[in-house]
Amino acid sequence: MSNKSLLTGPINLNNPITVQVLGICSALAVTVKLEPAVVMAISVTVVTAFSNVIISLIRNTIPSRIRIIVQLVIIAALVILVDQVLKAFAYDVSKQLSVFVGLIITNCIIMGRLEAFALGNKPFPSFLDGVGNGAGYGVILVMVAFFRELFGSGSLWEIQIIPDSFYEMGYQNNGLMILPPMALIVVGVIIWIQRSRTKELIEAN
Amino acid sequence: MDTNSNVYTFIYSSILVVIVAILLAFTAVQLQPLQEKNIRIERMQNILKSVGIIATVENAEQLFKDKVKDDFIVDLAGNKKTGKGFDVKMKTQSKISLKIMKLNQKLLKASGKDKEALSTKISKLQNTLELPVFILENEGKSYTVIPLRGKGLWGPIWGYVALEKDKSTIFGAVFDHKGETPGLGADIAKEWFQKQFKGKQLFEGKDLVSITVYKGGKGAAANKGDLTHGVDAISGGTITSKGLESMFKSSWLFNYKSYLKK
Repeated sequence: MSNKSLLTGPINLNNPITVQVLGICSALAVTVKLEPAVVMAISVTVVTAFSNVIISLIRNTIPSRIRIIVQLVIIAALVILVDQVLKAFAYDVSKQLSVFVGLIITNCIIMGRLEAFALGNKPFPSFLDGVGNGAGYGVILVMVAFFRELFGSGSLWEIQIIPDSFYEMGYQNNGLMILPPMALIVVGVIIWIQRSRTKELIEAN
Repeated sequence: MDTNSNVYTFIYSSILVVIVAILLAFTAVQLQPLQEKNIRIERMQNILKSVGIIATVENAEQLFKDKVKDDFIVDLAGNKKTGKGFDVKMKTQSKISLKIMKLNQKLLKASGKDKEALSTKISKLQNTLELPVFILENEGKSYTVIPLRGKGLWGPIWGYVALEKDKSTIFGAVFDHKGETPGLGADIAKEWFQKQFKGKQLFEGKDLVSITVYKGGKGAAANKGDLTHGVDAISGGTITSKGLESMFKSSWLFNYKSYLKK
């Protein structure tokens, strides 16, 4: 695979959420509004990229029987380290991230990419793979959050979009949009649209 | 080298774990003073914010010194105790308060000897309760700021409520949380939620009724006809909203009843 396809592949053809079906759990949790979705997308991209590099650097030394635990230890250490440093030097940012720390560590995209890519590839391609997958994850997160915030809260990025006159005429925010099941349905619709538009993804039978 | 042998696996995992542990312990210990300072400054910023003063990280300490006229502790009867309110650990105090609440519920069902034992236990706990109060002055007006602490969905929530001179009208409220759900419960820390509290009354005549949180989206409190004591809950953040209400009622704020009545 070329370096360019490592970056762009995960955005459409090999998207972590819609094609690899990784990272769905956190996609449900943080897509109620746009802002947390973007914060999460950025954090996951950073962590995936760097943990990919670290694992790729030590890939030949890891005993294969305990590789998953080794990966987990490294991801957790990395995330906690970053959180500690932010708490001391950029307190505001760390408060934004507080809840996400746990969600980042348990995000299956990170583990999935370490297993599927970093264990068998050199550091630089692994870095690109991490960035690409983080971006692919972010694109879907932002799309889902866009619809959920618009119809669930009538706003985008906390700014009210649906005018007051609509509410006076009897329009109501859709409460289901705020609840996790609706995130699954929105992701489902996105997968449906993506598959019907992309020939490569349509299975033969 | 055979990376799959048992010996190698053992050595590898031991070394890895020790390195990671040292690294994390070292950073945590090294950064702790800085982190604690950040938390202290944030508390000062929040207290100032409840009376409408926006402080930056740099000037928070100075402003806090200038604006806080008094900083003390009261007991359940509303009498002053020795000590500074800012040094009180709210975490411990809210735990004691919750325990008293639970024991009181037990007391209702108990009878005979159990009842006596329970009530001595409760009064012992009540004696240890320390309730911090801050008196702030800004632009010629004086405010009573009361810290709050309670339980959200995933962890603690806390806040500061500033009362006007009558100790009933809320001038401003600030809330924060450890890890509520982003976009739902975490919105208690957002401006739109907090500004609802301005002008609400804690007292109805002589009764401390405090604040009630109403479910049902925007305008829920107005629909229920309770604009003097009611605010709108956060849709999808019911447990956090209920935790916040309880913090304003029996789990914390009701402890201040005697003090506020004075």
